[in-house]
Amino acid sequence: MRTSAQFDLALKGAAWLSIVVLTLIIVFVLYRSGPFLFAEPVHVLWTGAWAPTEGLFNMLPMLVGSLLVTMVAVLMAVPLGLVIAIFGHFYAPPVLRSMYLKLIELMAGIPSVVYGLWGLVVLVPVINAWIPPGASVLAAGIVLALMILPLITLVADDCFQGIPDAWRKAAHALSLTRWGGIRTLYLPASHARLFAGITLQTGRALGETMAVLMVCGNIVQVPKSLFEPARTLTANIALEMAYATGSHTQALFVSGLLLLLMALLLVWLASRIQRSGRGDSL
Amino acid sequence: MKGMSTFRYVFGLLGGFIVAGLTSCGQSAPEKLVLTGSSTVAPLVSEIARAFEQQHPESRIDVQTGGSSRGINDARHKLADIGMVSRALKGNEADLTAQTIAWDGITLILHGSNPVKALSRNQVLDIYTKKITNWSQVGGADQPIVVVNKAEGRSTLELFLQYYQLNGSDIQADIIIGDNQQGLKTVSGNPYAIGYVSIGAANYELDQGAPIRVLPINGIDATLDNVEKGIFPISRPLNLVTLDQSNALAQQFITFAQSPAVAKLVSGQFFVPAHAN
Repeated sequence: MRTSAQFDLALKGAAWLSIVVLTLIIVFVLYRSGPFLFAEPVHVLWTGAWAPTEGLFNMLPMLVGSLLVTMVAVLMAVPLGLVIAIFGHFYAPPVLRSMYLKLIELMAGIPSVVYGLWGLVVLVPVINAWIPPGASVLAAGIVLALMILPLITLVADDCFQGIPDAWRKAAHALSLTRWGGIRTLYLPASHARLFAGITLQTGRALGETMAVLMVCGNIVQVPKSLFEPARTLTANIALEMAYATGSHTQALFVSGLLLLLMALLLVWLASRIQRSGRGDSL
Repeated sequence: MKGMSTFRYVFGLLGGFIVAGLTSCGQSAPEKLVLTGSSTVAPLVSEIARAFEQQHPESRIDVQTGGSSRGINDARHKLADIGMVSRALKGNEADLTAQTIAWDGITLILHGSNPVKALSRNQVLDIYTKKITNWSQVGGADQPIVVVNKAEGRSTLELFLQYYQLNGSDIQADIIIGDNQQGLKTVSGNPYAIGYVSIGAANYELDQGAPIRVLPINGIDATLDNVEKGIFPISRPLNLVTLDQSNALAQQFITFAQSPAVAKLVSGQFFVPAHAN
């Protein structure tokens, strides 16, 4: 294939640029959190309370908060996203299907702070009327679920689209029912890509800041139920970075490092899953 | 060929951005002012900045929020030309110069549907330390109280703690909020919430029809009049702070912000103009 040398160079340049930027970010976060990691014994990160001005840096409640909120969001968004994709792809008439996809794409484009505002003025009061105080792990989970739902749906729809025509015809020839085909062919054949997509969306939920900050209550505690408020690592950085100084700033960078490591882990997991699935599906 | 044009397009665009960025910096660098700090002061300063920009078309004024501590920090480290601080300066901040542009008070707010009309000092203390946890204990409905507190580093929190003689760790909150707006949205959306915000911000929202109730403090109504008379218990100066007098435009802006010309803007934001008392 003929390709323009200059275009090739531009592409390589862009690829290298993104790698360099990512490396610089990691180096910068390491550089800013390094002094803290060397100066303080590691166990301060999970003992005592979070009171940086008094030298206490227990991040465990916020780590639990982040993981819990993300888990609630993924547990809600995945089944719902799959059902929507299955309905849109296999059951909906063409007109409805195209409308459906457009709507979902629109949903994916709404800025997260809008979801947050909706959560603050609509969702939190509703939960509050049920079980106070309203601002809670559940509220944050629902808002995040709504945010990642469209992308999970689109990934799933894309997976179903990618099933070879021959397989579909074979399923038809075996006189599989619609549901039988979905259950025995489509879902198994696309499970690797589905899981990879879900893993990436988990990373997105983990990193979301503003929407969560607005609805999760921001109390530093290990929540005992879904109706209790919690603070996530990201919300903590957003709330405190503005006025933090000295070791407090460094501690916030340590929590940033923690988030970065979790995100890298998720990306690595996603690529592992996708690679392992390549053999048995397509 | 197609690749070529795409390449040129992308780089042309990038180059354009860079050139545009450079020239805009080059032109406005001497006439650009950056203000950061208190979310209470920021809306007022934004209004004043707009008026100032109209009189001085060559100037560009950038207003960012982040709390009074950020205002102090940024002004001290020259990250901003002027810091916005919604309290008097402390002893260890003597390196900075503060100039008051307006006065404000802090008051308690409830949801508009809450029948409670006033709370005594001890009731407020007990609510914020979770000794009173139900509205029925203070004459309201049989519903749990949702305590809204401010995040660390906010001067509203510091003044509240100072007036009620509390330590930050004494407060048992259900929700922690960042700026005034988030506090007002949280309370107006929650019939059982109690929070505290700037009188200016609260009265402004009330004026816009938000379902909130502004409580009197110690029997004194949270009004501008009472702040102006100096009898409202939790009141504070809204300050612009600078490290030195070296920036002429910054000094010009501060003088403008203190002048009677902006009095209408100040009272429009429900604050008391500085020259009033």
